Amino acid sequence: MTKAEMSRQVSQRTAFIFLGIATAIAVVPVLFIIIYTIISGAGAITWGFLTQFPSQAGKAGGILPAIIGTFYLMLGTVLFALPVGIFAGVYLTEYARDNWLTKVINMAIVNLAGVPSIVFGLFGLGVFVLAFNFGLSLLAASLTLACQALAMVTTTSREAILAVPREYREGSLAIGVTRWQTVRHIVLPQALPGIITGAVLAISRAAGETAPILVVGAAFILPRLPQSPFDQFMALPYHLYTVSAHVPGTPTSVVWGVALLLLVVVLSFDILAAVIRARARHRR
Amino acid sequence: MKQKASTAVVAPVSSEKSLRRRLRLGERIVEGWIFLAGTLAIVVLLGIITILLKEGLPIFAHTSPLEFLFGATWYPISDPPTFGILPFFVSTLMITLIATAVAIPIGVGCAAFLAEVASAKIRETTKPVIELLSGFPSVMMGFIGLALLSPLVQTMFNLNTGLCGLTASIMLSLMSLPIIVSVSEDALHAVPQEFKEASYALGATKWETIWYVCIPAALSGIAAAIMLGVGRAIGETMTVLMVAGGALAVPVSPTDPMMPMTAAIASGIGNAVRGDLKYQALFAIGVILFLMTLTVNLVADRVLERQKRKFAR
Amino acid sequence: MNADQTLPTSRIVSPDSGAKLRTEKVNLYYGSFQALRSITMDIRACAITAIIGPSGCGKSSLIRLFNRMNDLIMGSRVEGNVALDGVTIYDSKIDVAEVRKRVGMVFQKPNPFPMSVFDNVTFGPMRHGVKNRAELEEIVEKSLRQAALWEEVKDKLGQSGLALSGGQQQRLCIARVLAVSPEVILMDEPCSALDPVATLKIEDLMRGLVEQYTIVIVTHNMQQAARVSDMAAFMMMEEDRAGVLVEYGPTSKLFTNPKDKRTEDYITGRFG
Repeated sequence: MTKAEMSRQVSQRTAFIFLGIATAIAVVPVLFIIIYTIISGAGAITWGFLTQFPSQAGKAGGILPAIIGTFYLMLGTVLFALPVGIFAGVYLTEYARDNWLTKVINMAIVNLAGVPSIVFGLFGLGVFVLAFNFGLSLLAASLTLACQALAMVTTTSREAILAVPREYREGSLAIGVTRWQTVRHIVLPQALPGIITGAVLAISRAAGETAPILVVGAAFILPRLPQSPFDQFMALPYHLYTVSAHVPGTPTSVVWGVALLLLVVVLSFDILAAVIRARARHRR
Repeated sequence: MKQKASTAVVAPVSSEKSLRRRLRLGERIVEGWIFLAGTLAIVVLLGIITILLKEGLPIFAHTSPLEFLFGATWYPISDPPTFGILPFFVSTLMITLIATAVAIPIGVGCAAFLAEVASAKIRETTKPVIELLSGFPSVMMGFIGLALLSPLVQTMFNLNTGLCGLTASIMLSLMSLPIIVSVSEDALHAVPQEFKEASYALGATKWETIWYVCIPAALSGIAAAIMLGVGRAIGETMTVLMVAGGALAVPVSPTDPMMPMTAAIASGIGNAVRGDLKYQALFAIGVILFLMTLTVNLVADRVLERQKRKFAR
Repeated sequence: MNADQTLPTSRIVSPDSGAKLRTEKVNLYYGSFQALRSITMDIRACAITAIIGPSGCGKSSLIRLFNRMNDLIMGSRVEGNVALDGVTIYDSKIDVAEVRKRVGMVFQKPNPFPMSVFDNVTFGPMRHGVKNRAELEEIVEKSLRQAALWEEVKDKLGQSGLALSGGQQQRLCIARVLAVSPEVILMDEPCSALDPVATLKIEDLMRGLVEQYTIVIVTHNMQQAARVSDMAAFMMMEEDRAGVLVEYGPTSKLFTNPKDKRTEDYITGRFG
């Protein structure tokens, strides 16, 4: 091997080591955060912590209202976002023509996906809290989060529907079945795994999103559970924000416990989505 | 050849009537809803623009746009109140710049490693981990920055507080990695195999091929990836709210405590009253924030479309 | 001795009202591309009409004209008249689903739905409002018998349609069409994905079905056209023009004594 060749080999090896390090820098913190959170937070997660109301500004007691509040938020978000997202996906794949309106819709979706979450908060405040007069409430928060999830649910539904083979549609249309019936009985059942993936991701985002609900209705401490959609609510991510940043003297184990719970909720939905997607891909 | 002797002609039984368009009211209604749902994205986007402008523009009756943009003081409760968002704007710019500068080499390097160097096995185990990162709630990242990173930064740089622009930048760079990695990797994957083979045929090493062929060919895709990362960093709220330090002065050094635009809205909106000046000013910040991310995303989308067409056959 | 005389080989439009389907000077465009050029032809009821010609000549476009399947293609546009039993079907007053109910279609690649054999057959009738279980079972048996598939699947009606062999899948697709009692069955190269044995089965089936149904088949298999069809249409593309109907007439005449030189060249070339 000549000297020049050797130096080329050396520079290749050096470069690859750097690329490997870059990858490690992306991967190691993720694992570190997960493991560190589990170790620091696991001790705090007791039956009482999960089922009791908070006391002393969250320093003691449990986080039941935050868990319930987040559960309602996830439910509300998916309830509003999923039907609209599916229908929008159906429109774009089955009905939309190649015209300016479709272009505008697609552009709106791309941009909606990039709007900062705090701006969605302002939107929710202006529209749902004030204009619609829902007040600072679960309903306003769910609608706000649903608007934020709309872009993602629409795109995942669209991709899932596009993946349904054209032959199925043709077979159905060719025996006089109408377009909507074809969508309802052939296309949507086939696209279901992909659509569910989008829904699950939307749920996961709703569970972790903080900035919008900070604007439209999350409460710091509530002595009771929300009784109606017009009530204020506690939520896990907002609770993590307040106990970590605003309540000095909160035992670290409590804060890490809240963090762990939030991480578990969010990541388990993410993993569920990944599993559904992998399975659907496998089946094809 | 078989020929049928009888050519039975099926009589057209009230044919015209039976073919006439049916009402199918139920379906028409559903399809109406489908159309409405399809256009809802436009409605929401227009709604956002309308609300921001309607609630935000009135501030310019009190503070001129120039004063608003370049004023260095933000004192909503002094008399008379002043609304200069320069501190927030500079904070956002500084934090985004540092975060992106850190994230580019790591993200692109990681993408190149996954697309060209790593074995299938390493790729299959690494990618899901990075995808997990994109699912981390931003409040979680804020908390990690608060609890773990800021003490580290504080001792390392010998600061009064570890809650500063630098800490926020590091957390943000980590958070913008997933999008940069996945979009860059897609761009690298789209580089035609023939390009690489041509390079190998000339005796280039794998690294030379990556550096001189793949990355230049995928450059526009990588640029779009970076823009999307920038968009994310500009719009990120909770993390910067929790770890950037929240100072109202125009920052000079990265280690200064800062208050980016998103954090300014989030921390101020809670005690603003509808229609008062501060409320209007915060919505006006929202307008600027929206315009910034809109531009970044539009450009990224354009670039991605072009990249897609470049290698499409 | 038969009605073929009423359709002189070179004259394409018959004055006879026995036409089940009729096209008059039909032009079809996909965007700026013209796929069919001034097609005028009558399709006889209760006969098998074969459309032959080289690939890309517009055979599929022509057959898809009869049940408005071309509507699904963005930017497609039809000029001229297409009539089913004398009723223009390209008209805003016409219900496309009703047209397709009466003019069913079988495709090149068998495309059973990813559901059971039973559900495949009942899919159409159920969408058209048949709810009664006994009635549905009756339809399933009748359609599968007509499609010569009953004996092979009667014990596994609950099995997925995708688990059948290619030939069985295609007959299931035919049964699926028969289940909605159409008047016309369009077949777009129904055997091109099948082996010779399965092909023969489908051809036998067609000869049986033609007693009750009008059948139009697109095929690039000349022998098949000669074997099964009563009428044959030869289409081709010239230099840069696709969708030209060259000759249309009784199959026996078209194959033994073609009027047009191009038909003769094509047929002898293919047969020779």
